Amino acid sequence: MSAGAAAPVARIYGEPLVELPADLYIPPDALEVMLEAFQGPLDLLLYLIRRQNLDVLDIAMAPLTRQYLEYVEAMRARNLELAAEYLVMAAMLMEIKSRMLLPRPPAAPEAEQDPRAELVRRLLEYEQMKLAAQKLEALPQLGRDVFATTVLFERAAAQLPQVSVHDLVEAWQALLYRARLSAHHHISREELSVREYMSRILRQLRERRVLEFTELFDAARGVAVLVVTLLALLELARESLIDITQSQSYAPIYVRLAHAAAH
Amino acid sequence: MLQPTEAKRVLEAALLSASEPVAVGELKRLFAEDLGAETLRRLLEELREEWSGRGVELVSLASGWRFQTRAELRPFIERLRQERPPRYSRAVLETLAIIAYRQPVTRGDIENLRGVSVSASIMQTLEARGWIDVVGHRDTPGRPALYATTASLLDDLGLRSLQELPPLEEIARTVSLEAAPDAQPVAQDPSGDATASGGA
Repeated sequence: MSAGAAAPVARIYGEPLVELPADLYIPPDALEVMLEAFQGPLDLLLYLIRRQNLDVLDIAMAPLTRQYLEYVEAMRARNLELAAEYLVMAAMLMEIKSRMLLPRPPAAPEAEQDPRAELVRRLLEYEQMKLAAQKLEALPQLGRDVFATTVLFERAAAQLPQVSVHDLVEAWQALLYRARLSAHHHISREELSVREYMSRILRQLRERRVLEFTELFDAARGVAVLVVTLLALLELARESLIDITQSQSYAPIYVRLAHAAAH
Repeated sequence: MLQPTEAKRVLEAALLSASEPVAVGELKRLFAEDLGAETLRRLLEELREEWSGRGVELVSLASGWRFQTRAELRPFIERLRQERPPRYSRAVLETLAIIAYRQPVTRGDIENLRGVSVSASIMQTLEARGWIDVVGHRDTPGRPALYATTASLLDDLGLRSLQELPPLEEIARTVSLEAAPDAQPVAQDPSGDATASGGA
């Protein structure tokens, strides 16, 4: 934009410009830019005043009103959507101008009687805030000028639960346990019947009356058979068909028929 | 008794790993023994001194202490960042300035001062950023919301209190064009860069 704005001084649409325009020159395409640039009627008035280095406390209302209206008219002519505030301000300027023409009672204090006082107050207050906004903008801003440091430590770790080796072992054992349970169903229905092994144990006991626990297991036949044998033993004990005894810890475990024990 | 050197190492680690400013009261909890706010502040000042000359600095803000990159390194850091953070429009900035300097204010106050209506999106932008919030309602018809700035605004602008806001200028009765370059909207980029150049 800056290049385009400098152009009118030297050249407009290829035509060299000999002298600077005396007043606000508005290139036809620049109007929309200006409308964007001005933050409303106060901003436009400030521009018109400051541009000519006028005393804001002693505004010449007639030229200011004329320039303001020219600008507003130019915007309307281009069918730009004109905010209502611009028209309100135009009405206010004309009112002030007309009141300036009226004679004032000489006794009245100057400040109270000056019809421009309220407008000047608003202009000054607005300009103060406008400059304050620029200063705020100039402050270093987080995320734009400065960035917070983040050493990765806390956030990732703190929100996730801790897992120990022990937890893993327990989880694995539970898995194995469940796997064994399902293996039980699997085996009992199709390949190895717990019932079948229950009968087999009972048959062995009928012959031998008392068997040592380990004698009932045949390791050579594989883990599945061991498991089924154990399940069969437990099932027999649960049904009170056998007695399983052990005199003390780590001593041999003996298995015998329940009714034999009763005798 | 914890050695000061060790205490500073603890503070350094805690502050570097925190994503938000940490208050002194919060930093106290790092230590089993009660160091006292004064001692902590002194240690933090020493730590800040020790980090001077580094690419990051320790700063004291409205809600506590924070490590941050130095402002002058921004052009370099920006090269690594794909997107540049968008600048706020003049409308947003003027609204923010009015709330910061005149708080608590209603939207009507802001509109009176700026001479134009304040769109809802402007207020939303500032609220979403966490820079302003509603602190009450004025007891007038319609009970309009009263807006104020938050501690987050001060943090983000590197300030400890509203008193550290740039002082308001006494507006000169006459200003030459050179002194107010942004008073020529035609010659300025409409994107709002006018405000940036004005701050220099």
